[in-house]
Amino acid sequence: MSSLVTPPTDENNPQARAGTAALSIRGLAKRFGEKIAVNGVSLDVPQGSFYGLVGPNGAGKTTTLSMATGLLRPDHGQAMVHGVDVWGQPLEAKKLMGILPDGVRLFDRLTGEQLVTYAGLLRGMDRETVMARTGDLLRALDLTNDAGTLVVDYSAGMTKKIALASALIHAPKLLVLDEPFESVDPVSAANIRDILAGYVRSGGSVIVSSHVMDLVQRMCDHVAVIAAGTVLAAGTVDEVRGDATLEDRLVELVGGRNTSEGLSWLRTS
Amino acid sequence: MVADLLRLKLLLLRNSLRRSTGQLIGVILGGLYGLGLLVLLMIGLVLLGTADLEVIRTVLVIGGSAAVLGWIIIPIAATGIDMTLDPARFVTFAIPMRQLLAGLVLGGVVGVPGVVTLIASLTQVVTWIRYPAAAVTALVCGLIAVLLCVVASRLVTTAVSSMTGSRRFKDVNGIVAFIPLIFLGPIIGGVTAGFQSSPGFAVTLADFLAWTPLGALWAAPADVAAGDVGAAFLKFLIGTTTLVLFLVLWSRSLNHALVTPPYNAVTKRAGGNLGWFARFPATPAGAIAARALTYWLRDPRYSASLVVIPFVAVLLYFSGGGSGTAFAFLGPLTAFLLAWSISADISYDNTAFSLHVSTGVSGRDDRLGRAVALMVFSLPVTLVFTVVPLLVTGRTEDLPVMLGLSLGLLLTGGGLSSVVSARYTYNVPLPGESAFKTPPGTNFTMFAVQFIGWLVMLLLALPEIVLAIVYFVTGDALFGWLTVVVGLVLGSVLFVVGIRSGGRWYDRRAPELLLAVSANR
Repeated sequence: MSSLVTPPTDENNPQARAGTAALSIRGLAKRFGEKIAVNGVSLDVPQGSFYGLVGPNGAGKTTTLSMATGLLRPDHGQAMVHGVDVWGQPLEAKKLMGILPDGVRLFDRLTGEQLVTYAGLLRGMDRETVMARTGDLLRALDLTNDAGTLVVDYSAGMTKKIALASALIHAPKLLVLDEPFESVDPVSAANIRDILAGYVRSGGSVIVSSHVMDLVQRMCDHVAVIAAGTVLAAGTVDEVRGDATLEDRLVELVGGRNTSEGLSWLRTS
Repeated sequence: MVADLLRLKLLLLRNSLRRSTGQLIGVILGGLYGLGLLVLLMIGLVLLGTADLEVIRTVLVIGGSAAVLGWIIIPIAATGIDMTLDPARFVTFAIPMRQLLAGLVLGGVVGVPGVVTLIASLTQVVTWIRYPAAAVTALVCGLIAVLLCVVASRLVTTAVSSMTGSRRFKDVNGIVAFIPLIFLGPIIGGVTAGFQSSPGFAVTLADFLAWTPLGALWAAPADVAAGDVGAAFLKFLIGTTTLVLFLVLWSRSLNHALVTPPYNAVTKRAGGNLGWFARFPATPAGAIAARALTYWLRDPRYSASLVVIPFVAVLLYFSGGGSGTAFAFLGPLTAFLLAWSISADISYDNTAFSLHVSTGVSGRDDRLGRAVALMVFSLPVTLVFTVVPLLVTGRTEDLPVMLGLSLGLLLTGGGLSSVVSARYTYNVPLPGESAFKTPPGTNFTMFAVQFIGWLVMLLLALPEIVLAIVYFVTGDALFGWLTVVVGLVLGSVLFVVGIRSGGRWYDRRAPELLLAVSANR
């Protein structure tokens, strides 16, 4: 445990119901060759919380989330989703999760509509439910007019949205979203935020990783700061940021700001 | 600036080799092979110098023309063959056009094809050593010809790249442009036959090519050697004019390309058409089969193999020389090729495979879906390809044994491929790339998996094969019928076993598979 602030439990989180955490990570670690990507990360995402995972590039956010969702086998540690061991009972755990991975391809020779349908059918859902929900999701994400276009011809933002739709189709209890707002336009981002806020209000739990501190500060109720594969701070957003903004607090925790004069030749006058 | 571009090219070449040792070994082996060919070519060119003037001329003109033609055609067939110095990447750097052109031309010479062409054209000087004046001409003309090769290929690449912005064009072109290459064998065979039937054919061909931009520069030294300086000068003019013309055209199209980035026109389409997803059962395995079948038709990497299949039939039909023995085996051969075609399915998915992992699809469903999609079109194609050749060649009595071989191989191979693709991954062309592109890091694993896989497939189908051999030796119809029974029963058993054990591998190793395919990017 390397966190400065003790990870919150259900008792001090007003929105959580009694019982297990939505996602509980214990000592996850992963090494790629010489590089230790994640070095013993422990987190608790309480039920009904909107949890932000922030940190600089290469901090290990994506690796942590991949290990927590069953996409990458950890060297050490454990991940539990609503009390189900992700690596012990993967099929049960994956039923509870909706996952939006970052930096992976999609089956992009399918149309948007086909891709979401595919995700639903892979989950073993029946055809009527899948068709109805696909229509709803495409409408909510403003993709109806492009439903029949191949995903390979989508813009970056549209691709992100169709991947999000594929993660939502089976109404999971926990959403794990890696960089969901990257290259998404402001209007769509606002729509997605509304969808997620409504989902959390109804008892769902969300963990998002993001570079956009401002967004995390406004949207999330919990946050963890992660750098060089370790958790530097975790807790409610107010606990972690104190009096400062989340961005300032992150920079203070992570360090690495250049305060020298630098690049004097770049000044045009 | 020109030197900078050259240095950049060398740096890119060196860094691309530093990615993995396996790849480096592959490059070294490939390099040794190429070096061997080059040495043979050089020895041939030197020895050619002892031949008659007429022979030297004919060989050099035809060979040289083929080289220029190759430089023009290959970039079309494999779009993006060497885009390391893609002009589009220099758009923001404000490099003067003259220097950019010079840098790109020299950059084109640096690289395996460029160096080989250069060395060959310099060796040509040695060929002419008995005629000093011709040797000097050969040196000058040879260097200009190398420039012509590079400029022509760059012109074609730039012209094509303005079209390749469209994904649809890329998809279709990648397949269509490859078809002539499939027929390269028969074409070369035809040309060779032409040479053999009439000795004058080659000379006539060389005479014609000598006056075209393709062969003019290679023919000029011969004219000097023969004492016809006027003709040599005219041919030199043809060559240099072509070079200048190509340069002007290239700089124009480059100018245009630099300010008009490729644009992919996409028509918006509303939904409502689920395609194969509406026709297959709404289960995980059914959805995977629907997805795989959609890809067979829509992804050029898969549809390329579908396009190739009819050509296999045509090739076998003609290669038999009318006897039809080879043609009669079309069915088993097609079954063999098709069954093996899903052996790298997960490698072809690349990281899109993460959807299967994150949704927790069972290994059995994954394997079954992919195998069923293959069988949906392979079974009818194999049946037609087995029956029709036998009807055409009038060997209907062989129908049982051929059906046994075809179905046995198809089912056995389907089962084997289901195991192999869940067990081994290797670098294949990425989604969106040409099906015929050799991906970087095509290493030892790939060849080993292919070769051993084929051996294992033949081994598993040995009972059918032995029965078929007995049938052909004894001519006893009983063995023909035994082949079809064994092929169907044993094949089906192996198919089911393959899907089961492939599924077990998958269930145990799905995250490791995902990690392995994500290394190819």
